[in-house]
Amino acid sequence: MNLVASAKIPTRNIDLRLSLSAGETVAVMGPNGAGKSTLLAVLAGLIRPDHGSASLNGKTLYDDGAWLPPHARGIALLAQDALLFPHLSVLENVAFGPRSAGASRSAARQAANRWLQEVDAADLAGHRPSRLSGGQAQRVAVARALAAEPALLLLDEPLAALDISVAPVLRRTLRRVLEGRSAIIVTHDVVDALLLADRVVIIDGGRIVEDGPTRSVLERPRSRFAAGLAGVNLLTGTTAAGGLHTSTGLQLAALTEEDLPPGKDAAAVFSPRAVAVHRLRPTGSPRNVFSVTVTDLEQHGPRTTVRAGHLSAEITTASAADLDLLPGTGMYFSVKSAEVTVYLL
Amino acid sequence: MSGSYSGIPRWVLAVAAAGALFLLVPLAAIVLRVDWTRFGALVSSEPSRAALLLSLQTSGTSTALCVLFGVPMAFALARTRFRGQRVVRALVLLPLVLPPVVGGIALLYTFGRQGLLGESLRILGVDIAFSTAAVVLAQTFVALPFLVLSLEGALRTAGTRYEAVAATLGARPTTVLRRVSLPLVGPGIVSGAVLSFARALGEFGATLTFAGSLQGVTRTLPLEIYLQRETDPDAAVALSLVLVAVAVLVVALAHRIHEGTGP
Repeated sequence: MNLVASAKIPTRNIDLRLSLSAGETVAVMGPNGAGKSTLLAVLAGLIRPDHGSASLNGKTLYDDGAWLPPHARGIALLAQDALLFPHLSVLENVAFGPRSAGASRSAARQAANRWLQEVDAADLAGHRPSRLSGGQAQRVAVARALAAEPALLLLDEPLAALDISVAPVLRRTLRRVLEGRSAIIVTHDVVDALLLADRVVIIDGGRIVEDGPTRSVLERPRSRFAAGLAGVNLLTGTTAAGGLHTSTGLQLAALTEEDLPPGKDAAAVFSPRAVAVHRLRPTGSPRNVFSVTVTDLEQHGPRTTVRAGHLSAEITTASAADLDLLPGTGMYFSVKSAEVTVYLL
Repeated sequence: MSGSYSGIPRWVLAVAAAGALFLLVPLAAIVLRVDWTRFGALVSSEPSRAALLLSLQTSGTSTALCVLFGVPMAFALARTRFRGQRVVRALVLLPLVLPPVVGGIALLYTFGRQGLLGESLRILGVDIAFSTAAVVLAQTFVALPFLVLSLEGALRTAGTRYEAVAATLGARPTTVLRRVSLPLVGPGIVSGAVLSFARALGEFGATLTFAGSLQGVTRTLPLEIYLQRETDPDAAVALSLVLVAVAVLVVALAHRIHEGTGP
C-alpha cells in the first residue's frame, strides 16, 4: 500500500478512510460540499484532522500525536486554478520545486525544461504567467507539480476552469503523465474518471459511499450519486472518418469539434438517456443503430435502465413495459451522433 | 473610465470640490507667503541645514526599523490566529489615534532616566532620552502602525493560496516567505514604508516631549520650523515649503509604486 489514510473532522462532518496502491490513480467524485476538497487538503497537510492517521510509503503524515508539515510530505497539489507565482517566469515556476528540494540553480532549470517538454509547454519557458491562456497556465502548473517529484499527486478539478475546447487536450496530457503514478483526482466529470483513473471513490456527506474499479462503479452504481453518473456508455476503439470504429466491431458516428486524425486510439462516451430502444430496426435520423440482446433490466421508479452487454439505455418504465422487454430479447439501440463525444486516448 | 456612467450625484462632487479646496488653499497660502529673495539664504542657513539633515537621517533610520519590526508584525496579525488577537491589533494601532504628546510622555516613562527601562539601560551605559536615538524611537513609535496596517491589508488581499501551493511543492516556511510571500506583497511593503517615512518626517509632539530640541542632535525640521516661527516667520515659511516639497515627492513616489506594480 502506498497511501493509507483516515480522517475525522466532526465540525465539517468528515469521516473518511482511504487507501491507494503504488502507481494507482483514484478519482474522487461526489456532490458539492461532500468533503472531496477537504480530503485533499488533509492529505496535503493544509488542514489538520481532529482524529485519524495517515502514512505514505511507510512515512507517517499524521496520527494522534505527530503531524508532518506540508513541505515534508512529498505530496503536490494541483488546483482548479493554475496559481502560477505571478512574479516568476514559467521556467522559474517549474524550477520552484527542485530548488526547494535543494537542487542547484542550473540543475533545477534543467529539470524544469524537461518537465515543460513532458507537458508540451517547452516554448512557454520564458513567458510571464500573466501572458498565458488558462489552458497554457494549467499545463505549466502540471509541469510544476510533477517537477517537485511528489510521491503522491493530488488534483482538485484540474480541468474544471478550462474552456471546453481546451480541456480534452490537457486531459490527454494528464492521461499520459498520470500513467503509473500515484494520484488522487477530484472531478465532477465522469469522462475524467473513465479516462484518468483506475478506481473511483464516491464521497457523500463526508463519508465514502462507494469504492471500486471505475467501470464497475459506473456500470453498477450502488449509491444515489453514482447512479446519477452511472451507466455512462463508454466504447473504446480507433478513430475513423466521422467517428469511432470500436474494438467490438461497431461503427459509431459522432459530431466532433476538431477533426480527429484517423486510426488513433479513442473512446466514445454517451449518456444512457440519449439512447432510444426499438423492437424493429429504426429507419430515422439517428445514425447509430446497434442490434443488441438485452442482458439486464433495472427499474428506478419511473425510469428503467436497459443493459445490453456494455451498452445501456435509460427509458421510462412505461415504455419498457410497452416494449415487453425481458433479458434475452433482441432489440435495437439508437443514438444520435450529436450525443456522442469522442476523446483521443 | 472614458465615457462610462459614474452615477454620482452632482452635489456630491460639489462637496468633494469644497473639501479638496480646504486641503489645497493652505498649501497655496504658504507658497504665496514665501519671501523668494531670501529663500535660498533662509533654507541654507546652518540651523536649517542641520535640521533638514537630522530629519532625513532619523526618518530614514526609523523607516528601516518600521520595516524590520512591522513586516513580521503584519504577518503575525494577518497569517496567524491566537487568543486576544483583536485586542493586540487594536493596541498596536493605538499610536495612530493617540495624540503624539501622549506618545512622547509614554516613551519618556519607558526609556527616560526615571523610566521603566531607563534605569537598567543607564546601568548598561545607555542614555536614550534627549538624544538622536530618542528622536528615532519617537518617530518609529508613531510611524510603525502605518506600515503594519497597510501591509496587513495587502497580505489579507493576497490570500494564502500561493503559499499553500509553495508548501506542497516542498518549500520550507522560510523559503515560502522569501520566494513567494514577500515578493507578492513587495509593493505593499514599499508603500507602507513610504507612508511611515512621511509620518516620521512630520513627527513633532512625541519628539519634542521625549527628545527635546537640541540643534543638530534632536531638533528636526518640524521643531526648527516651530522655533523659527517665534523669531523669524519668513524662515519658518521657507522651511515649511521645503517640508511640503519633500512630502509631495514622497506621495508621488508611493503613488508611482502603487500604479506600477499593483494588481
